Amino acid sequence: MSNASLRQAVAGLALLVSLALVACGGASSSGGTHAAADAPRRIVSLSATATETLYAIGAGPQVRAVDDQSDFPERAPRTKLSALQPNAEAAAAYRPDLVVTTGDDRGFVATLRKLGVPVLVQPAPRTLDEAYAQIARLGAATGHAAAAKRLVASMRTRIEALVERAQPARGLSVYHELTPEAFSATSQTFIGSIYARFGLRNVADAAKAAGSGYPQLSREHILRANPDLIVLADVECCGQSAAKVARRPGWARLSAVRADRIVELDDDVASRWGPRVTELVAAVADVVADLER
Amino acid sequence: MRWGAGAALMLAAATVGTLVGPAGIGAADVARTLLAHLPLLDAGTPADPLADGIVWDLRLPRVVLAGLVGAMLAAAGGAYQGGFRNPLADPYLLGIAAGAGFGATLALAYGPPDSGASLLLPLAAFAGGSVSVGLAWGLGRSAGPAGGSVALILAGITVASFFTALQALVLQLHSDEIRAVYSWILGQLSGATWRQVAMVLPYVAFSGALLLLHAWRLDVLRLGDEEAAALGVDVGRTRAAVVVAATVGTSAAVAVSGLIGFVGIVVPHAIRLALGASYRTILPLSIVGGAVFLILADVLARSVFAPTELPIGVVTAMFGAPFFALVLRSTARSVQ
Repeated sequence: MSNASLRQAVAGLALLVSLALVACGGASSSGGTHAAADAPRRIVSLSATATETLYAIGAGPQVRAVDDQSDFPERAPRTKLSALQPNAEAAAAYRPDLVVTTGDDRGFVATLRKLGVPVLVQPAPRTLDEAYAQIARLGAATGHAAAAKRLVASMRTRIEALVERAQPARGLSVYHELTPEAFSATSQTFIGSIYARFGLRNVADAAKAAGSGYPQLSREHILRANPDLIVLADVECCGQSAAKVARRPGWARLSAVRADRIVELDDDVASRWGPRVTELVAAVADVVADLER
Repeated sequence: MRWGAGAALMLAAATVGTLVGPAGIGAADVARTLLAHLPLLDAGTPADPLADGIVWDLRLPRVVLAGLVGAMLAAAGGAYQGGFRNPLADPYLLGIAAGAGFGATLALAYGPPDSGASLLLPLAAFAGGSVSVGLAWGLGRSAGPAGGSVALILAGITVASFFTALQALVLQLHSDEIRAVYSWILGQLSGATWRQVAMVLPYVAFSGALLLLHAWRLDVLRLGDEEAAALGVDVGRTRAAVVVAATVGTSAAVAVSGLIGFVGIVVPHAIRLALGASYRTILPLSIVGGAVFLILADVLARSVFAPTELPIGVVTAMFGAPFFALVLRSTARSVQ
């Protein structure tokens, strides 16, 4: 081949390669990542946590519909689909190519699978590691594995830093209130495992044997245990507040009430296990750090 | 003599109730707390403020409320058994349970977020129970005098089914309230406060008195509607008085404690089996028996799986169901 045609060939190849690179770069979605060609494009999320995660890993543009409880981020396309009572037909009406849900109620998953729709079931995890695994799984399923990995790494780092900085003392106890009827969560639950990271003793653990991880505690026991910290996860659902807790008959004597060590959590942040877990850990860390002083 | 024994039994049950609980407070501390709260005596200081809070603010109101609710449900059950000559009658006969449950569901689903702890829930339950009995009464009476007590019972079933269906509908639309409604339905005394005791006391006192005053008429009613009328008892008014008294008292009880089952059937029958079928015996002793039964059942509810609370409706049913089976078998034997 002559020198001229060789140069032409190389130039042509270089042009081709650069065009290809530009094309790839141009097709990137928000966050600088782009989903693989075979990634799902019509995702229906029936899990408020999964919705948060999907948007955090850059899969937002691939989401077509989210359930009625998925209120974060606000731009997510909320619909009347119910996560608590999922209706396969209603979900299928969005022609999804991936459905994410937290459980399998009355054959919902089987029905969708019969319709040829892939379903990813991600129930409430028991530990942070399980939550990280769910984020990774969601990343892999939507073609954002790298973004998911980065998200998990940043969450892990931040949480470890928070726990380190709070420098918890041993032997302090916490009462986590899910409802005003004294339903609590033991250390076998997700929220419980977070308290355990801070070295906090959970007053609900005395009821561990009773099974579900969410026992209804006797109020006597709570008063007797005199927790150093009270965390309220029933502020929005049930109108509770630190002031109301202080007014409950008999509760005014608790050391946590007298020293105003009552944390009011955002109900949503307290009950989800997605990227905002860091906010939950930060809220607990702030109060634990105060406990030392 | 009988009243003395009854009072002693209630006192014994109340003592057990005050002494036993997951917080493990010693008898000396309990005594000190009670003495410190006695109004006119200045009898020393309570031992430990938390123990004082537990005994005075948590346990004692719970014992008193259990006594009031148990007494009311048993008296109402016994009175209904007499008024309708139906051994299967319980205080929820005319649809109170379904009406109160529906009222509670409405309050929890549509009320402000803390309606569970405010006055709205008991008011709604009371209103629901009363409205439902009113409807059942109206419906039963519309069948005319030929309908009699059977029409009233059927009307009660109709109204109960209707409100139960409405409740299920509301829950479907507000499934995030399911846990709160379910706990309410199973019955709970775990949140008892002195304020609830004060709310219930006047209604229970009024109902109890009215029912006791009608005890002798219920005895005459045992002979049959026509025979009782021939003996000068106004059957319609007696039944109406029983329904009003039982409804008011039961609605108040249900408003604070939810739907506690079996007390209203089991206790009057136990008294009947042991001490004979006269309502002048059954009603007063049902009051005592109901109070004792529920106080002790509540002790079990908070102690068996301590520190977890068992819903009290579960405890009463666990005892009530086998007992009821025995009652049925003994009835068969006595008929033979």
